[in-house]
Amino acid sequence: MEMHAQADALFRRKRWFAFGLPALVLVYLIYIFFAFDIPGLVDRARMDNAQKLVSDAYSYKVHVTRDNRNDETVVAIEGERKGTYDPTATPDWVQMGEETIIDLGNGHLVTFAAEGRVTYDVPNYGVIEAQINGRQIETNLGDTPPDWINASGTRVAITTEAGRLTITRNKTEVFRYFTGWELFVFTLDSPYYGHGLGDILFGDRIDPARSNLSGAWQDFWGNAMWRHAEVAWALFETVLMAFLGTFGAAVIAIPLAFAAAKNFTPLLTIRFAVRRVFDFLRGVDGLIWTILLSRAFGPGPLTGALAILFTDTGTFGKTFSETLENVDGKQIEGIRSTGAKPAQVYRFGVIPQITPVLLSQVLYYLESNTRSATIIGAITGGGIGLLLTQAINTQKDWEEVTYYIVLIVIMVMLMDSFSGWLRRKLIKGE
Amino acid sequence: MSDQTLPLTDHAYLALVQKRRFYSGLTLLIFILLMVSGFMLADDRNAGGFWNGIGNIFAFPADVIEDASSRLELLPGHLVRYFPALIETINIAAVSTLLGYMGAIVFSLLSTRGLARWPRLIPVFRRLMDVMRALPEIVVALVLIFILGGGPVPAMLAIALHTVGALGKLFSEVNENADLKPVEGLASVGANWSQRMWLGVIPQVSPNYLSYALLRFEINIRASAILGFVGAGGIGYELKNAMSWGKGKFDEAAAIFLLLFLTIMFFDQVSSYFRNRLTKGAQ
Repeated sequence: MEMHAQADALFRRKRWFAFGLPALVLVYLIYIFFAFDIPGLVDRARMDNAQKLVSDAYSYKVHVTRDNRNDETVVAIEGERKGTYDPTATPDWVQMGEETIIDLGNGHLVTFAAEGRVTYDVPNYGVIEAQINGRQIETNLGDTPPDWINASGTRVAITTEAGRLTITRNKTEVFRYFTGWELFVFTLDSPYYGHGLGDILFGDRIDPARSNLSGAWQDFWGNAMWRHAEVAWALFETVLMAFLGTFGAAVIAIPLAFAAAKNFTPLLTIRFAVRRVFDFLRGVDGLIWTILLSRAFGPGPLTGALAILFTDTGTFGKTFSETLENVDGKQIEGIRSTGAKPAQVYRFGVIPQITPVLLSQVLYYLESNTRSATIIGAITGGGIGLLLTQAINTQKDWEEVTYYIVLIVIMVMLMDSFSGWLRRKLIKGE
Repeated sequence: MSDQTLPLTDHAYLALVQKRRFYSGLTLLIFILLMVSGFMLADDRNAGGFWNGIGNIFAFPADVIEDASSRLELLPGHLVRYFPALIETINIAAVSTLLGYMGAIVFSLLSTRGLARWPRLIPVFRRLMDVMRALPEIVVALVLIFILGGGPVPAMLAIALHTVGALGKLFSEVNENADLKPVEGLASVGANWSQRMWLGVIPQVSPNYLSYALLRFEINIRASAILGFVGAGGIGYELKNAMSWGKGKFDEAAAIFLLLFLTIMFFDQVSSYFRNRLTKGAQ
């Protein structure tokens, strides 16, 4: 009878867990749904931003712009000064001259004619004509243009699958979209722009002053738009922060961990004090350390390294002292029985036991700290984290953001496999 | 015979020991050189040098303590004022741990040999988890802030995504050790995949799962405070504002530091207590 009651109680408890816990989670999620104002999120979300971000991440546009006040036409990648084509060397789909003819592909032809006249030949639709006349823009569109044309007396915007044409009183502008990252290898001012790898390796000398290989490398490495050299340095700086922080913390934590371990420090007061130091270092947290240290040392990799070092000294101190408390006493006793001095007991009895365990903990943190160094870099200003926040803050260089994200993911994965490899090499001796 | 071989063995052994010592010494030397040159390089690249800054290291904490102590009567008010922001930070951490936990269970089951629903897709799910783990939260959060605007949701999603990757890897290691007999038993009575997992695997592994999730919750509280600092709401955001008011007005920053420190310590202790109970059993 008693067993029956026990089983009933057990089932009641299990039933509570099986239904009560999910219900509790559900209630909490409902609370969060309103506390985080998720219904309002739909209004606040900027889907146009998302679209811009995604399309910018894998494509770019070339602007062909005519200034209607002085009739000058400029071809520029993303409309940036650094990406402006020389007027004598425009891409072959733009024909400059009395009339500028822009071929958008698939039969779409835009012509900038003289005296503010613009025509756009759209296949399967017809030729759209527009004429700037003083303050007004006159078109042949009539009163009800199709929905891909947005026309008023002062502004005409035509969006097709081939590109986009906008006409205002001040300027007439055509966008043509291309897939890829623009000018990733060479900028337009480099003589190597437009040459393939084969040309550079085996072709004639392109720039008379430099050999092809070194010249191409200089222009690639010094690319003013993508700044490959700076990015590589920033990645190195991030890894440096993680390396210095992790191993510096380990070096400081080892002696302190001995002072915090029960079997090595019989004195309770010392043990207690050292442990509170560890708790404090961990409790203050990387964020506060970063703020505090950047006030003293200014932005840069040293601040980041020290912030990691401070936090991880606490973490390592705690785990190392736990490891030390679990060492096998027999080995120590054995060494001591041979008449070894205390230093020799540590050297041959303790160190060989704990080295693999500590090393594997440290190497595990090396990978996670590479990620932390990216985050700390974003706050304090150093390494790839800084470049990333800068690129995001411009809100238009999403191709660079994508590039940095890819690099960060590769960096963290490489550090992961490196630390795994080192762990196997050093601990298992493979 | 042994008269001859023994000195030889002895000699070979000593040579081996010497070689090993030489290599350990060399490794140590390289390590020290790397550390020293690394610190010098980092010092060189820093805006303010180490030796210039070391004297000022206590200047900022001293300012904060001075401002806080000169207006000590305001401190309780500040603590109350910033408490809702603290709750938001904790909520971000809790929800993202919860969502990440659920996602990690699914991902880990899908990427464990013997349990996976689609064994051929195991490498795909593993790589997906690798990428989620490698993405620092701040990257995802900043991109989402651009789309969704500031507030807790970008931080929540960013941390949850990272948690799926981080916990998923640990969970799939736990799953490898799960006993497959209950799964086979359930399969023999015609249970489908989700029933086999829910009734056969989860009860075996949930103590380990919970222990890892609690540790993750601790980490996520720190992460959610940091993300607040870059604009994702919560106590980190308030801290950034309080910091910008400058010297003489650091009493609010002091209150936030205090709240953050106490919260982290509190959840550290609570989670380590429960983790001990989970791994060593009750009592």
